[in-house]
Amino acid sequence: MSSFYVSATPHERAPITTRRVMGCVLVALLPAALAGCFYFGIRAAIVLGVCITSAMLWELLCRFLMRRPQTVLDLSSAVTGLLLGMNLPPDIPLWQAIVGTFVAIVVTKQLFGGLGQNFANPAIVGRIVMLISFQSTMTAWRMPQSDVVTSATPLISGDTPYLTLLLGNHAGCIGETCAIGLLLGGIYLMLRGIISPAAPLGFLGTIALCAWIAGDDPLYQLLAGGLLLGAFFMATDYVTTPITAKGKLLFGIGCGLLTFCIRKFGGYPEGVSFSILLMNLLTPYLDRLTRTKPFGVMKSRRTGGAKA
Amino acid sequence: MSMHMGAPCTPAVQIGDIVTVGQCIGVPTDDFSVPIHASVSGRVKAISDYLCPNGTSCKSITIAADGEQTPCPDCAPPTLQTRDDLIQAARASGCVGLGGAGFPTHIKLAAKQPIDMLVINAAECEPYLTSDCRQIMEFPEHIIGGIELLMRLMEIPACRIGIEENKPAAAKCLADACHSRAGMEVRVLPAQYPQGAEKVLVYHTTGRIIPEGMLTADVGVLVINVSTCAFLYQYSLTGMPLTQRRVTLDGDALGRPCNVMAPIGTSIRALLEYAACDFEHLRLLLSGGPMMGTALMSPDLALCKPNNGILACKKEQPIHTTACIRCGRCMHACPMGLMPMELERAFRLKDAIMLQTYHLKLCINCGCCSYVCPAKRPLAESNQLAKIFLAKEGAKP
Repeated sequence: MSSFYVSATPHERAPITTRRVMGCVLVALLPAALAGCFYFGIRAAIVLGVCITSAMLWELLCRFLMRRPQTVLDLSSAVTGLLLGMNLPPDIPLWQAIVGTFVAIVVTKQLFGGLGQNFANPAIVGRIVMLISFQSTMTAWRMPQSDVVTSATPLISGDTPYLTLLLGNHAGCIGETCAIGLLLGGIYLMLRGIISPAAPLGFLGTIALCAWIAGDDPLYQLLAGGLLLGAFFMATDYVTTPITAKGKLLFGIGCGLLTFCIRKFGGYPEGVSFSILLMNLLTPYLDRLTRTKPFGVMKSRRTGGAKA
Repeated sequence: MSMHMGAPCTPAVQIGDIVTVGQCIGVPTDDFSVPIHASVSGRVKAISDYLCPNGTSCKSITIAADGEQTPCPDCAPPTLQTRDDLIQAARASGCVGLGGAGFPTHIKLAAKQPIDMLVINAAECEPYLTSDCRQIMEFPEHIIGGIELLMRLMEIPACRIGIEENKPAAAKCLADACHSRAGMEVRVLPAQYPQGAEKVLVYHTTGRIIPEGMLTADVGVLVINVSTCAFLYQYSLTGMPLTQRRVTLDGDALGRPCNVMAPIGTSIRALLEYAACDFEHLRLLLSGGPMMGTALMSPDLALCKPNNGILACKKEQPIHTTACIRCGRCMHACPMGLMPMELERAFRLKDAIMLQTYHLKLCINCGCCSYVCPAKRPLAESNQLAKIFLAKEGAKP
């Protein structure tokens, strides 16, 4: 009888686990990733595979060297690897992709304490470091199912039909071109309750509003570039975005404003990444600003127990 | 001798004494606690130290039952004319909240604040537990009698009965029973844990919000558990103190899960044997529900007044705690609108000011945060430890 479990309450737990959450995100990324592989061929699939594998290996190695509990099975590194891979052009040299996952997993995530402790989105930092370091290969786009190298994505050329943007049959990063796939993934995550719609809606809404005010085509601005990928999968990262609903909305609006400014006035083809990174830095402040008001707190200050 | 909040009682009998059902065997040592009565007739076999599940110890009285269940000749229906009569009777009956917490009823009744609303807690929101539900379906008239008694003597004009919608038969019983009675109303509430938590229940039945650091009496509400209410009525008729209660026996280790009416102090082992317990595979034994119940270290403990259920489970899932991913599920689950992840962090940093900023004291320890956490962090446990920490911190000069 000494073998009874005695523990603190509650004695029952929901079946949800971190691994299951990350698994859902992987599933949600699948449509857009598969579309990328379809358009850009086997080479794109190899890039994605190398990114996922190397990200997981970096995580494994890092936790081993730091003598910390192994966390590679929580799948968070696989999500980071896949996200980074989807943010790369299909013809990126593979060693550069591995450097990217190193920056993402080792420098941005593990050196700050691992999952939950990183201040910025690992995939975003990985991509930005790669863009600055390997500028020529990071901006060498090509049209789907061809070898024609072009430097113009729809965001720069500005003349791609909506249908092409939706289907993703145009130049761009592996995972950012197929708008339908990204939308499906985002909606799936919202329906599963994994992400809240606040940040993506704030993000997309602000972009559309700004574009409309500035006289640009709002729909085009929404569908082109890496906006949908960023809005649904990076501006909703649990760790690096605010936790409260109001904070998430503010985060999305901030991202939208910054993205619009960078796209309109900036030189880098990096509106989404930079804006999310900058807003990541503001996350702790947004959280503090939008702290929840617990049940019964306001009353005590005003009326001190008068009848409701 | 410690079945209620407040100081343990002092034994009032000696080894070898013959006792009868309802005879006082433990006298309270302060104004808060209530007397304890013999639940069987027989001979006092031992007075010994008893280790409570919460780690404290107190005296216990073991009575060898003679099987006669001879009632105590002193038990007579109390004279109930005024509110003070009721308060005294509640105390003399050994009555405590039968819903789980064991808060002495006479303290609630003696609240100084003006009370204009009686709320009967029939929510029974913990999974598995059905003892209140059986009470309602078997003896709805006792509940109504109790309500009338409370409303008359406490001069409360209105009563709301809160019950969860997953007990439609019991809700109908109540609705039929209090049909066309002045001031009584049944409110069927969503079946959502923790619906029976006092602050949640008061808000959902009356719309009144209990401010931080205040009690239900501060907003003019008296909350009484449905079984407690029925007991008060029975006591007013018979004068037999609290010596037995309805208890749910459930869990996957039991071959015959059931509700039983058991004498207070019955060995839990005997109850489990009655319910055909598979002792060999029994690994987790709870008194109360799975969300807030206490894990017992042995079946050789006694049934206490507040025990509304005994759950016997074969296996507890091994819990593997990982890092917080800041998903915010705990915050959305918290019925009090707290941010458990911030409280946990503040406690880890031993930051008393931060704990207060995030209103730790509002935590009702319902366990929702721990339940939903995908990283399986013991958030509710951390909050409980933090409350102790904060109390010590506040006591420092």
